[in-house]
Amino acid sequence: MRFLFKTDYEDDIRLFPHSGYVVSYGLLFAVLLIAPYVLSSYLMSQLVFVCIYATVGVALLILTGFTGQASLGHAAFLAIGAYTAAYLQKYNVPFPVYFLAAGVLTGCIGALVGFPALRLQGIYLVIATISFAFIVEEILARWESVTNGNEGLRVKALSLLGVTVSRDSPTFYFLCLAVLVLTIVGTLNLLRSPTGRAFVAIRDSETAARSMGVNVALYKVKSFAISAAITGFAGVLFAHKLSFISPEMFTLQLSIEFIIVILIGGTFSLHGAVLGAIFIVMIDPFLTYLKDDMPGVIAGIAAAFGAGTVTAGNIQSKVAAFASLNGLKGAIYGVIIMLFVLFEPLGLYGRWLKIKLFFQLFPLYKRATFKRQKIYVKSERNR
Amino acid sequence: MLDFVQQLVSGVALGCVYGLIALGFVLVYKATEVVNFAQGDLMMLGGFFAFTFIGMMGLNYWIGFAGAVAAMALFGMLAERIVVRPILGYPQFSIIMATIGLGYFLRSVAGMIWGTDDFKIDTPFSQGVLRIGSLVLAYDKLSVIAATMILCTLLWLFFNKTTLGTAMRASSENMLAAYYMGIPVKRVVSIVWAISAAVATCAGVLLAPITFIHSNVGLVLGLKAFPAAVLGGFGSIPGAVVGGVLIGVIESMAGFYLPEGWKDVAPYIVLLAVLLLKPEGLFGLHARKKV
Repeated sequence: MRFLFKTDYEDDIRLFPHSGYVVSYGLLFAVLLIAPYVLSSYLMSQLVFVCIYATVGVALLILTGFTGQASLGHAAFLAIGAYTAAYLQKYNVPFPVYFLAAGVLTGCIGALVGFPALRLQGIYLVIATISFAFIVEEILARWESVTNGNEGLRVKALSLLGVTVSRDSPTFYFLCLAVLVLTIVGTLNLLRSPTGRAFVAIRDSETAARSMGVNVALYKVKSFAISAAITGFAGVLFAHKLSFISPEMFTLQLSIEFIIVILIGGTFSLHGAVLGAIFIVMIDPFLTYLKDDMPGVIAGIAAAFGAGTVTAGNIQSKVAAFASLNGLKGAIYGVIIMLFVLFEPLGLYGRWLKIKLFFQLFPLYKRATFKRQKIYVKSERNR
Repeated sequence: MLDFVQQLVSGVALGCVYGLIALGFVLVYKATEVVNFAQGDLMMLGGFFAFTFIGMMGLNYWIGFAGAVAAMALFGMLAERIVVRPILGYPQFSIIMATIGLGYFLRSVAGMIWGTDDFKIDTPFSQGVLRIGSLVLAYDKLSVIAATMILCTLLWLFFNKTTLGTAMRASSENMLAAYYMGIPVKRVVSIVWAISAAVATCAGVLLAPITFIHSNVGLVLGLKAFPAAVLGGFGSIPGAVVGGVLIGVIESMAGFYLPEGWKDVAPYIVLLAVLLLKPEGLFGLHARKKV
């Protein structure tokens, strides 16, 4: 186990606390750089989605994880970013301009949402953001002169510095990766600045933050604006990746998916956003794989345990019938969410920390380190 | 004028359905400060149970109704025991996510068992209308209004006049203190989930003649009932019904008088406006936090 000897604040807020971090992140970065030349085009496409989802996840972490303001309306911010890009692209606005414009516009709208949210807490805030998302969805469907209504908008391939970048090219992947890395580094910097400290203070106790001189209203609006702006940037990439956008893509379902990203990844660290995004994006191909291969595998196991060919065949067809049941995916989704909330509240990153600590302390690891304290409900109505 | 009254009545009937689902939200919230996002799906499941008893097994309507309510009450207890109790007291957000997960699960499983078609339950109120002058009121809508009023009154009396109701309010105020006072908090929470699932079943069965029962009905109506509960102030039983009726009336008025598209968003616009002016809802308690 390595002990870090910190002598001043600069040591405490380093992005890379020690050389191990530089090596491991350097390796990860190298792997990500060669990925497009190694992986299949399908996996590359999924990797691009991981980048986009992770960017939204980071945005949501700023708001929900670090400022403590729940939002079930991030699909709306994504939609605003995507539609701004698609609309401006029709008028031949260059990519960098509409990329920035989408972020700025979404950020402004985020701030506008933040103002009414100032007085709301907990469940009221959740329902207010859901309402906002519904209203945006309806506007997108009705404002046909701009959004083309329910028929949706086609998004052309983006052109960067005169070169057309198709949505499947490695360049597009590098662009998404760059946005993600910049977002993460920017957020890390934000979180070690006074603004980030104020966010965390508001999350932990609004009253205490206010009494320490934090302007709670200002920082809440800031948090909303920053989170929305980052989601807007991700929206531009999302639009280009899909090359076609319509209102029914940006429903409550998508907002819930984003929340699941940070919930499964872990809400206390930016690693969570990336891990959660990998999980959410990869679960689809994984389930398809299970559906296609699982019956054969189970039948093989049954045969190995001495079942006859007929029985094994029966088992195979039964499992296949079960796996192709309609809605099985939804059920698995639901069970995964419940299992994570019940048994792994710290998320995938929490699990990683536990494993790491287990090996660091090898024979001395004790489970109680991460045990949640028993809490009793106290009314939040008297807040 | 007649149009207006007709719209008003159908809005009130629709609103009462929202109010019934919202009652379930409020009950659970009042007793445990937990927001149950799967409430609409409990309603859907209740409707399917009733359909199984009445439509498929051919039982008498009232016996089937009672059977569905009893079965769902047990199911509510089971759901509480498995999903909610282990995380009771942890941040609200994680419980919301757990119930969202429960909702996903129930929707998919109901879709697997009963299929994705629309189902209809024949009720004694299915046919027939009440005519007052030239005003035509369908019995199925009137039955919803009547049942909502009765349930709301009963639950209000239960919460404010009985010992068990007081125990529920106490355990939501401060769980630890309630333990100290000898209140069996776990059992209380179990009971309140059973009641709320039973109320949801009533909503589902009464709703069946108006909108059909299908596996997504819980999500659709739950998302309308939720603003209703918030509008009324989350912790108030009459507030839930008033909020539901308001949402229902706004929706049907907007559908009739405003251009297409307003029907779906008008309730949310009103909700946002109300939250701007009164962040704790119309009937919510406003108290300052002591530090």
